[in-house]
Amino acid sequence: MALQNKKKIEPEQNWIVQQYNRLSLKQRRTVMGYIFIMPFILGFLFWFLIPALVAGNLTLQKWNLISPPRYIGFDNFEKLLSDPILGQSLKVTLIFSSISVPIGLVFAFFLAMLINTKVPGIAVFRTIYFLPSIVPAVANAILWAWLFNTEFGLINFIIRALGGPKIGWLQDPGWVMVAFVILTIWGVGGSMIIFLAGLQGIPEIYYEAAEIDGAGRWAKLRYVTLPVMSPIIFFNLVIGFINSFQIFVSALLITNGGPQNSTLFLVLYIYRTAFQSQNMGYAAVLSWLLFFILMILSFIVFKYIGSRVYYENPGD
Amino acid sequence: MGFNEIDSTQFVETSSPKSVNDRLFRAVNIFLLIFFAIVMILPFVWLVSSSLKTQIDIFQYPPDFLPNPIMPENYVNALTYKPFGTYFTNTLIIAGLNVIAVVFTSSFCAYGFARMRFPGRDLWFGIVMATLFLPYAILLVPSFIIFARLGWVDTFLPLVVPQFFGGGAFNIFLMRQFFRTIPEEIADAARIDGCSEFGVYWRIMMPLAKPALITIAIFTFLFAWNDLIGPLTYLRSPENFTIAVGLASFRSQTDISWDLQLAASAAVTFPVIILFFLAQRYFIQGIVMTGLKG
Repeated sequence: MALQNKKKIEPEQNWIVQQYNRLSLKQRRTVMGYIFIMPFILGFLFWFLIPALVAGNLTLQKWNLISPPRYIGFDNFEKLLSDPILGQSLKVTLIFSSISVPIGLVFAFFLAMLINTKVPGIAVFRTIYFLPSIVPAVANAILWAWLFNTEFGLINFIIRALGGPKIGWLQDPGWVMVAFVILTIWGVGGSMIIFLAGLQGIPEIYYEAAEIDGAGRWAKLRYVTLPVMSPIIFFNLVIGFINSFQIFVSALLITNGGPQNSTLFLVLYIYRTAFQSQNMGYAAVLSWLLFFILMILSFIVFKYIGSRVYYENPGD
Repeated sequence: MGFNEIDSTQFVETSSPKSVNDRLFRAVNIFLLIFFAIVMILPFVWLVSSSLKTQIDIFQYPPDFLPNPIMPENYVNALTYKPFGTYFTNTLIIAGLNVIAVVFTSSFCAYGFARMRFPGRDLWFGIVMATLFLPYAILLVPSFIIFARLGWVDTFLPLVVPQFFGGGAFNIFLMRQFFRTIPEEIADAARIDGCSEFGVYWRIMMPLAKPALITIAIFTFLFAWNDLIGPLTYLRSPENFTIAVGLASFRSQTDISWDLQLAASAAVTFPVIILFFLAQRYFIQGIVMTGLKG
């Protein structure tokens, strides 16, 4: 039975095998290599390249998802220049990013140094510091909306118990930014673990050598830890920066962009334009804008900060 | 690689504090350790405490730290207020298919990138890395248009099918890093015994890669469980909602009181925390591997 089956498929298989056998060893390796990476290539084509081209085409159209799209030339781009809400959205996104990323980075590094210690029960501390970063985004948003509640929130309770004022965390356009930075840095556990692993990879001998040269604790941090850690700091900086530009769930669920559009971050604005105002053409323009902003900012980060990174094994 | 196994440390000399200064430093270190542990855990405590309060107690000022009386029925009320059973099933279907897709296709692609030598490989891997740094938000609108044209809106397909094409740059990268650590001699030995390249991948590499595969499976599951923007964009009818969308809809309805919102939030968070405790070492491994070997 098994033999019969084998015979049946042989002719078809033979042709492929024959073609394959005709190839040189090098060519065969190339064919096999491309077979292996084919899922990614197709995925890149279907879910990246084609969407990007479609979005490019869409920038010239007006389309509300219901009536057929209509070409309107460069109207969407003209709107870009005269859209006051976009200006506001860009402003708050940049402010949020430039505050939360450095603070988050320093805080994650600080926590990693704290938990890089040998005390009994350190694993418990590491777990506690890490857990906030895996709370589901929606639950996280509801939790913080409650913590920042003006009348009954825990945070205002503590501040008032210490003699402070009642702060309108989610009503005051100035304070709401502070609130978003606080809830963001609560979840720095992921970067912290990456820093911790990096700290533990620093050979003890570096510190011993520094001690012989008379380095104190501060000098060891400045001249050993920071240089050796600089690639990891840079990695966390880039990741933190990209993540900060994508803040969406908390803005949607805690404040819904308010008060007075002070948390209308760029992704939320794109989402609203596309799925609430049903203006797909303009949303595509905004998506491209986000892409170019991130390209330019990444270029700046790589050029001016990336060049200061110290690599122990260049080219590795 | 779990928290327990991570070995300590250079920074604080523990064996014998050398001077008063060192002892003081250590004391400050431990004080800060405890202080920040309290800061980090307080929101969780408050979440659980508030979720167990009565509707009247939750609006007390000053608030009581512990709920009295304790209201476990808040959880029952919250989870039956909306059809969380259906949401749970939907989430499991989507997450399960994502895990299958990612485990098989990302390892398959990663094998090509890690173990084969062919022209164009580094270029394509460069593209993998570029997409890693390309935020999903940029593709939100373009992908929606593609899926709308395909007629896939309000189905699970946009949330599942793309994962079968390589399973995301993050996972390809992680698997590649792992495959590169396996000695080539093992694969060569199998080839000499007549094993095809697919055989090497399937029979030699996959069993050896089990820890890495578990890691990406957990991350994928967690992502699908937590994701809001994908399901929110594509799922329209309530019977297709996932847990995240169902929970988010609590926020938009003003008539749902805080005790129910918080009980539902806690109920959605517990499974994630349990998963973390069961699979701690894979969590840490995944984060560290993607973070460090770039």
